[in-house]
Amino acid sequence: MTQTEVDIVKKTATLARLELGEAEIAKFGEQFGRILEAFQKLSKLDVSGVEPMTGATALSDVLRDDRAKPSLERERALSNGPKHDGEYFIVPKTIGGDA
Amino acid sequence: MSGFADYAKLDATALRDAVVSKRTTAAAVVEAALARIAALDPRLCAFSSVLAESARERAKELDFALARGEPAGALCGVPFALKSNMCLEGVEAHCGSKILAGYRPPYTAPFVQRLLDEGAIVVGTTHMDEFAMGSSGENSAYAVAKNPWDPARTPGGSSSGSCAAVAARMVTFSLGSDTGGSVRQPAALCGIVGFKPTYGRVTRYGLVAFGSSLDQVSPFTRSCRDMELVMSVISGADEHDSTCLPHPPIDPDRSDSVRGLRLGVPKEYFAGGLDADVRARVEAAIQQLVALGATTVPIELPHTEYAIPTYYVVATAEASSNLARYDGIRYGVRKPGDGSLQGMIAATREAGFGPEVKRRILLGTYVLSSGYYDAWYVRALKVRRLIRNDFDAAFERVDLIVCPTSPTAAFELGEKSDDPVAMYLSDVMTVPTSLAGLPAVSVPCGKVSQGGKALPVGLQIIGPSLADARVLRAARVFETATKHQSELYALDLSALEGAAR
Repeated sequence: MTQTEVDIVKKTATLARLELGEAEIAKFGEQFGRILEAFQKLSKLDVSGVEPMTGATALSDVLRDDRAKPSLERERALSNGPKHDGEYFIVPKTIGGDA
Repeated sequence: MSGFADYAKLDATALRDAVVSKRTTAAAVVEAALARIAALDPRLCAFSSVLAESARERAKELDFALARGEPAGALCGVPFALKSNMCLEGVEAHCGSKILAGYRPPYTAPFVQRLLDEGAIVVGTTHMDEFAMGSSGENSAYAVAKNPWDPARTPGGSSSGSCAAVAARMVTFSLGSDTGGSVRQPAALCGIVGFKPTYGRVTRYGLVAFGSSLDQVSPFTRSCRDMELVMSVISGADEHDSTCLPHPPIDPDRSDSVRGLRLGVPKEYFAGGLDADVRARVEAAIQQLVALGATTVPIELPHTEYAIPTYYVVATAEASSNLARYDGIRYGVRKPGDGSLQGMIAATREAGFGPEVKRRILLGTYVLSSGYYDAWYVRALKVRRLIRNDFDAAFERVDLIVCPTSPTAAFELGEKSDDPVAMYLSDVMTVPTSLAGLPAVSVPCGKVSQGGKALPVGLQIIGPSLADARVLRAARVFETATKHQSELYALDLSALEGAAR
């Protein structure tokens, strides 16, 4: 495993909000290298002029009637939250600290 | 109350007839299903939860309704199971992940509701690879399901438990989800029918998202007529999912012939890496279809070799985005970390996700990150188009494509679990269809002998977009003309009964 792979894994983990341990970084770094190497063949293909395929249907601009109707009640929407006060989800302080 | 003695011998169509004609009752069917689960599941580990009480209650309601002469639903009294990434109100859907331990959906998915409305009885939820990421079921944070043909082997994945539950005839059908082959591959490895419909045929509302442009709810059944029946119930428009097609539900083909159908045989699927015995079974199956009146046409799908890297770029990119929602705030488990918001999120995700999910989130985040986006993600989307174009060109000359579902029969548990690249390659026959969004079925086509065990092989039949009914018709004609379906019923599972996991 190269230093570059370790750096890529560390930087990507930060972007993905994953707090990896040193052992995980080492393991993923090595596997990352092998996976990307196996995927290199994509770069050898000529794709000039090809339109990217962003979805698997031909549907576009799907709209529904703009009608008000009941949605999930608050109590049920909150029911799976690890911390709530019956009205809102509670999260750690976000302003004023270094968060 | 004693169970219905013939329970494990009947498919959904016949079981419903038995209930509706009062040869048995829904209650007796449910007792038989629960008894079979109690006997076999300690060894097979297909079920994450068994909903005995609600199933018994529902059966009683159905029996009362029948006694009152009310019309019976299309699946009246038929027990089924759900993969644990599907929403049934109040029933834990942990997705095989610790991060969703205890998550109880506040609503029921429409595709589940449609089954319940037709009288099907949900008897449990099943084990799976965490967030449907895997090809063997081994990435579950809870339990690893076993293959009923040989419990030392995988039932396939990621819908491992849903497949094992049907193959061991604990339930009559089940729902899985197929993103890159997660229903077709296990169906092949367990000798049952697995069908991924055209992308958009079934609503994804209430299916926990993995790769949103690929995911499709896909059933497991023991017969093709059952597959046609279940699909006719769960498919069709749904306003909750804007990628769900506006078309009516799939209407089974009335034809029972394959005469005149042109079958494309793609040379890329019969190349290196394909097990010789599997190849022989699939080639024999194609000859049987020819004997039934179909013709074969050699075709080329030249971008097949790019499908695995394309799939793993597209699917991981979508997964990294979809799984960003697991932040310890709205559902699931929370770990405090250093007490800050970002620290809490990172600690929650570190503790909650298993290694394969982290690996894919990392890969997906990487291919979407600044500087790599065009080189990896956009390039993969362009290759995806080329793969779709290959199929479109082929379907100008043929009506269906026939090939193996999996390059090998069921492999041993532990055999590939430490090698992600080898595991990814086991999807080589199923991911191209997923990328192209096409309908494809796996139907049993015989067995091979490996390590002293008889293991099933699947024939994959692929159709053009929206030709779901044609795909299922061809599979049904093949099934009817061959005896492979009866092999499943002949599988003796008595040695597995009562043994501990």
